[in-house]
Amino acid sequence: MIIDNFILLSILIPLVGSFLIALTGRWENVRESVTLITSCSLFGVVISAGSAVMAKEKITATLATIMPNITISFDVEPLGYLFACLASFLWIVTSIYSIGYMRGHHEKNQTRFYTCFALAIMGVMGLCFSSNLLTLFLFYEAITLCTYPLVTHSGTEEAKRAGRTYLGVLLATSMVFQLPAIIWTWVAAGTIDFTAGGVLNGHVSTGLGSILLLLFVFGVGKAALMPFHRWLPAAMVAPTPVSALLHAVAVVKAGVFSVLKIAIYIFGIDFLGLLEAHTWLIYAAGFTILIGSLVAMRQDNLKRRLAYSTISQLSYIVLGAMLATKAGILGGGMHMITHAFGKITLFFGAGAIMVASHKTEISQMKGIGRAMPWTLGAFLIGSLSIIGLPPFGGAWSKWFLCMGALDSGQLIMVAVLMISSILNVAYLIPIVVQGFFSELDVKEHHAHGEAPAFCVAAQVITAAGCLGLFLYPEPVYQLLKIIEM
Amino acid sequence: MLLSHLPALQVVLPLIAAPICLVLHHARLAWAWAMLISWSAFGIALSLLNRVLSEGVISYHIGKWAPPWGIEYRLDEASVFMLVLVTTIGVVVTTFAKESVEKEIVKEKIHLFYTCYLLCFAGLLGMSITGDVFNIFVFLEISSLSAYALISMSDDRRALTASFRYLVMGTVGATFYIIGVGLIYMATGSLNIADLAVKLPAVADTQTVRAALAFLIVGLSLKLALFPLHSWLPNAYAYAPSAVSAFIAATATKVAVYVMLRVIFTIFGVSYVFGTMNLGPAILSLAIMGMFAASAMAISQKNVKRLLAYSSIAQIGYIMLGISFATVTGLSGGIVHLFNHALIKCCLFMVMGCVFFRINSTDIKDMAGLGKRMPFTMAAFVIGGLSLIGVPSTVGFISKWYLMQAAFEAGSWVIAIMIPLSSLLAVVYIWRVVEVAYFSPSPDGETAIKEAPVSMQIPIWVMVAGIFYFGINAEFTLDVARRAAESLLGGIVL
Repeated sequence: MIIDNFILLSILIPLVGSFLIALTGRWENVRESVTLITSCSLFGVVISAGSAVMAKEKITATLATIMPNITISFDVEPLGYLFACLASFLWIVTSIYSIGYMRGHHEKNQTRFYTCFALAIMGVMGLCFSSNLLTLFLFYEAITLCTYPLVTHSGTEEAKRAGRTYLGVLLATSMVFQLPAIIWTWVAAGTIDFTAGGVLNGHVSTGLGSILLLLFVFGVGKAALMPFHRWLPAAMVAPTPVSALLHAVAVVKAGVFSVLKIAIYIFGIDFLGLLEAHTWLIYAAGFTILIGSLVAMRQDNLKRRLAYSTISQLSYIVLGAMLATKAGILGGGMHMITHAFGKITLFFGAGAIMVASHKTEISQMKGIGRAMPWTLGAFLIGSLSIIGLPPFGGAWSKWFLCMGALDSGQLIMVAVLMISSILNVAYLIPIVVQGFFSELDVKEHHAHGEAPAFCVAAQVITAAGCLGLFLYPEPVYQLLKIIEM
Repeated sequence: MLLSHLPALQVVLPLIAAPICLVLHHARLAWAWAMLISWSAFGIALSLLNRVLSEGVISYHIGKWAPPWGIEYRLDEASVFMLVLVTTIGVVVTTFAKESVEKEIVKEKIHLFYTCYLLCFAGLLGMSITGDVFNIFVFLEISSLSAYALISMSDDRRALTASFRYLVMGTVGATFYIIGVGLIYMATGSLNIADLAVKLPAVADTQTVRAALAFLIVGLSLKLALFPLHSWLPNAYAYAPSAVSAFIAATATKVAVYVMLRVIFTIFGVSYVFGTMNLGPAILSLAIMGMFAASAMAISQKNVKRLLAYSSIAQIGYIMLGISFATVTGLSGGIVHLFNHALIKCCLFMVMGCVFFRINSTDIKDMAGLGKRMPFTMAAFVIGGLSLIGVPSTVGFISKWYLMQAAFEAGSWVIAIMIPLSSLLAVVYIWRVVEVAYFSPSPDGETAIKEAPVSMQIPIWVMVAGIFYFGINAEFTLDVARRAAESLLGGIVL
């Protein structure tokens, strides 16, 4: 019963949840309980379909026929399922964290915050299970619009400006590049369904295929490939739970997920490998990886540094997709998961520091680790996972990405990955070192303790996740292995 | 017996109802009367739609005079589509008008308002239904003259100059049209559209017919506000009473587009207009210029109604763009956008009516904080705006998809990219309003503003429901639009 309606349920639950949150907005304890219950039941539903997905059962659903032969429909394939598990699990953790953060930080308009959050998750669920490009596009745009009020949450002039950049870049890229690419695909191939092996091969020349690939990859602005990355640092004015779940996991991963999905199921990796443009995009991704890390080093604002780090890390996944090899796809898919756990831990840390000590700049954070050992400890684990050191999950994904690069003979990209790891060390580790070992900056300091318990709990969970992904990568690996390419 | 006369009743009913409304001389009574007539006309249009879709073309001869001598009312997919559109908007706007008109127009004039409204309604229906080019002119004048009067009824004194300007420009347009009609009558001796389609090819290669085409196209371009012949439109929409803006924006220019379609595709034929005369590139470039220039002008507006008016000019550009491809996909894209844009603009102008009802202004700066104080009204604005931008699951997306598909099929990807590029301008002008309404604090010291009355909310949300319904399930509208496009392209022989 649950399996049959599994897809529609996983879209409906957050939708209904958002209505209930809006209705119960007056009583904050009730409202937050609703959020937690919604997120837990969503995760429960998603996880319940696990065995069916592993057994490659066909689960499909069609919502409506928009235009003749073009439907809003869904199916479950391993990559999307993996992303759904990730997003729904981290939503629970983030909800726990939000309670501590939003109250501790005395944020206004909290009901709008939780409502839009749930709606954004609904968008992510729809995106995960979309079975054609139009459905993907529909939920892609829904995510943009539902997260816009979260970016402009504070209503200040700065937030409004950031909101404009956010909406401008994301809508512009999706409408001017992605949508024409979808329609062009429809006109050329006669179908926009995600199909194993791709749909374009044989319908378009490699020249047109290259143009389409460029339109698609740059059209997915959420993947933050340079030069369309400006929206992500701008979005950092949002409350930290938004930056943590949406701008380190759900929204940005929706972008790279779309890239992966288009690469695998629209182009097909064989056809992709034939295209001129896939090499250009490999270099574009390599460029973004390095420049993102370099810019991150120059940021003093912790959240902005993490944002540039995210830009750089997202391009790992784009790179994985563009390598057009199985190992590359595997590495990209894996990095989607490991980076999510690592980066959300780091953002949780940044938010916890902000709530407890009201500090946002790295230069002010000297000696902060003594008052907040848990927070900074978790931050260290997250950093190590991002860098890609064992015994943390990030090690696996970097391994597979390097394998993929070697498979396709891109030795330069192996070097890029290595250099990037060193840069990661350079911009993440000093934060922890100065936090634990520097003297307190007396004039900046006012007495504070550890962050609220809810915040600490969330960080511990995600940090443990980083470790768990190293020790038990098997479920993720198995799911990615059964993708039909 | 009565059923067979439905085509005549469709026009005659509101036409006769108008003077009766004058006699009623009572505000509420006049409204109730207009309401009754609008609903009846809506019912007639639906039953005609049903008949045309199941039985094919209906030809009705006024006074049993056989065409081409008598006047023929001819209903095919395209014309019945317009009837349904105009009557739907009529029903919705009349419901909306009750409170809005009582607020914006002095009580003694309200029955005059509904009289003019019914006349305008009759004129627009007549233009859609008739199969006679001179008869179109008559109805064009009926609808235009009553529209000038409707606009000038506003309290805002600027409405008088706006209306006068519209009158001058509109009359120039109508005159051009009638000169064109005269010229083709000279060449063929016929006024019946179906008959003209047969007779024109024989004389097509004459200076007279070429001049006729030029006069007709320019005259109609003025009426439908094709860039750069749009100058009458912004003020007319901005200063008219809210209900009038909502009605005219959704119907008047659309019916003019329909007449243009008739002239181009049915009378002259696609091969003459796009082949021999090669008007395609001209229409295409004007359409694209309109899409960008008018959207850019919309961005700089301070008054939301003016902003929406400029946006309308841009949207006319989209419709004409679809027509300029002269393919089935392009034409159905244009026709479906005609319907979709009517829904969107009607909704948005009614929203502005609600805003004016409560805050006595439609300036952007006065709308600060309105998102919290009028949550339903502003939510409708956001939805209408998103649809204008072309967000998927709304009607605007369907139009854009079809227009872009037509562009790709025609092999011109540059034009395909132009369409979403100009939509980005729509993002800017819509978001200027959204930002002020939702993220600016409301001015202090102002008395609490309530949500608009329910009788104004319901029509708005009916339109919103339509925006979503026809955005998610567009098979019906697309099917009708495609059949209309095919019948237009296939010439008169169906």
